[in-house]
Amino acid sequence: MDTIELEYDIVVVGGGTGGPMAAVKAKEKNPKLRVLLIDKANVKRSGAISMGMDGLNNAVIPGHATPEQYTKEITVANDGIVDQKGVYAYAANSFAMIEELDKWGIKFEKDETGDYAVRKVHHLGSYVLPMPEGHHMKRVLYRQLKKARVDITNRVVVTRVLTGPDGQACGIMGFDCRTADFYVIKAKAVIITTGAAGRLGLPASGYLWGTYENPTNCGEGHVMAYHAGAELTNLECFQINPLIKDYNGPACAYVTGPFGGYTANAEGQRFIECDYWSGQMMLEFFNELEGGRGPVFLKLDHLAEETIAEIEHILHTNERPSRGRFHEQRGNDYRKKMIEMHISEIGFCSGHSASGIYTNERGECSIPGLYAAGDCASIPHNYMLGAFVYGKFCGENAASYVADQAPAQLNTDAIAAEKARIAAPLNRSEGLTPFQVEYKTRRIVNDYLQPPKVTRKMEIALQRFDEIREDLDHMSADNPHELMRAMEAYAIRDCAELATRASLFRTESRWGLYHLCVDHPEKDDENWFCHSNVGKAANGDMVFRKREVEPYVVELNEQEKSAYQRLRVATPAQAA
Amino acid sequence: MSIAVTRTQAPVVVDQSKCIADKGCTVCVDVCPLDVLAIDMVSNKAFMKFDECWYCMPCEKDCPTGAVHVNIPYLVR
Repeated sequence: MDTIELEYDIVVVGGGTGGPMAAVKAKEKNPKLRVLLIDKANVKRSGAISMGMDGLNNAVIPGHATPEQYTKEITVANDGIVDQKGVYAYAANSFAMIEELDKWGIKFEKDETGDYAVRKVHHLGSYVLPMPEGHHMKRVLYRQLKKARVDITNRVVVTRVLTGPDGQACGIMGFDCRTADFYVIKAKAVIITTGAAGRLGLPASGYLWGTYENPTNCGEGHVMAYHAGAELTNLECFQINPLIKDYNGPACAYVTGPFGGYTANAEGQRFIECDYWSGQMMLEFFNELEGGRGPVFLKLDHLAEETIAEIEHILHTNERPSRGRFHEQRGNDYRKKMIEMHISEIGFCSGHSASGIYTNERGECSIPGLYAAGDCASIPHNYMLGAFVYGKFCGENAASYVADQAPAQLNTDAIAAEKARIAAPLNRSEGLTPFQVEYKTRRIVNDYLQPPKVTRKMEIALQRFDEIREDLDHMSADNPHELMRAMEAYAIRDCAELATRASLFRTESRWGLYHLCVDHPEKDDENWFCHSNVGKAANGDMVFRKREVEPYVVELNEQEKSAYQRLRVATPAQAA
Repeated sequence: MSIAVTRTQAPVVVDQSKCIADKGCTVCVDVCPLDVLAIDMVSNKAFMKFDECWYCMPCEKDCPTGAVHVNIPYLVR
């Protein structure tokens, strides 16, 4: 286990969506900066969009939507717990980013007049821009990385952010998942873009890797920010998604909705007016599923052949193309029958909910020199375009920040401790396998944390996670690949504890199914119209605090505030 | 140390007659997000070393000779 020491101005951790944009924008801001993009996979095919994306879910395009309207929509979709400045900053920069991506060669759907072909899926406004040829996303990004001369290091698992004497981020540590070489990289700023914590809950299939999110994204970014002293926010606002039963790929109401597809119950009846993701929508879905009218299905069998063929083309070539293979094996044909859907395991992902590493509208975390963008950061409902926009903010703002920074002295004790922690599983000839420790952690997450949340169950979960904390130190790894899984098991356990403690902290129910708490079934605006932030105390404990919702920049009227509470179809329509 | 061997059916199948890893190709190994593919030291062909597939398919899509096929894992299909 050799130690490799490197020095950069900016290190971007995570090469999926926001990371490449951050790295490119930092270099564009100041080409002299030494910028490293580091990924535990290969940036050519890493992250949530490894196989591309079929559309933008949140395109704010002049003539179709305004930043104000979008900010309102996201505010009400999140029960008002939103820092609007952050959402508005995204919305105001959305169109410029679309134009830039268009210039880079990303193909968006346009109508016969050359205008972007925006579709309506959300409850109020129109923000969905299809990308039927969006399978080329990663290739386009890679070309830009090369053009901007960003340094790239693949197959290095970053485990911790190093902090300087003033608590500022000043580097990272990690290891190569093929050689186990230990990396210490000094930097004046660190940008975390590690995606969702997608390996927190266990899929119903019991297959560890059959997760909704790319399973490489297991919450390491969340955990490294937490251990560096940065705050995380709203971790009790879980991500839960509708998905194709067993397959775990998205059901894709965003793709099928504009074509006339919809979510239906066992009778083939539509029961929600809007398929846009929100906690309330998931609660309606859950109630239908568990209330005797399930299973729930994606209904397309009433559509014309050419419409179905187009849907198939989009769904089977982008994002999760193996979906077609799954349907084929099951004998599922969109033309002939409805496709069974279910709800996913829990996770942290701001792309679809509102939890993550706390950042402001500049992408800054709560410690100097640390930035975060994309699914791991806290700006809600960001999706892919939000990851790009906030990647850009992080890259540009970090480039400005490092101009005034001298390299900090690295903490040699912290480095020695992390090296020892990483090396330990390789040095044990016997012990628990990382796979079993991970399986057990995630099974307990499902057993005790999946909403509806019950206080007593979560207390039991905490006890079990404490036991697993001891187990982690008994894992053994046969090779560097297994070592990667062992270190991931540490991150998954920490995320599980964060999810539990955050859920216990907020003594109300909010965000529909995301934080549906049996012991506190009502929403309590008087005491809980606030964010919940967690930080790490000097003694290592998780410390929670209420954080006020910033004053709104876009006011809502009473009618708008309750729009997302009115999703259920009043009288179910008959199946076509 | 204790050793147990668990039989498994690898979701990613490589057609050895088409695989050109012995000519220096490592595309499928490079693009796998989970790093589950490797080159066999004896046959010099690609194979699935770790049963941790997300069935995302870059290995199959990017293989220059069409040697890789991704199946849905048994527990899921």
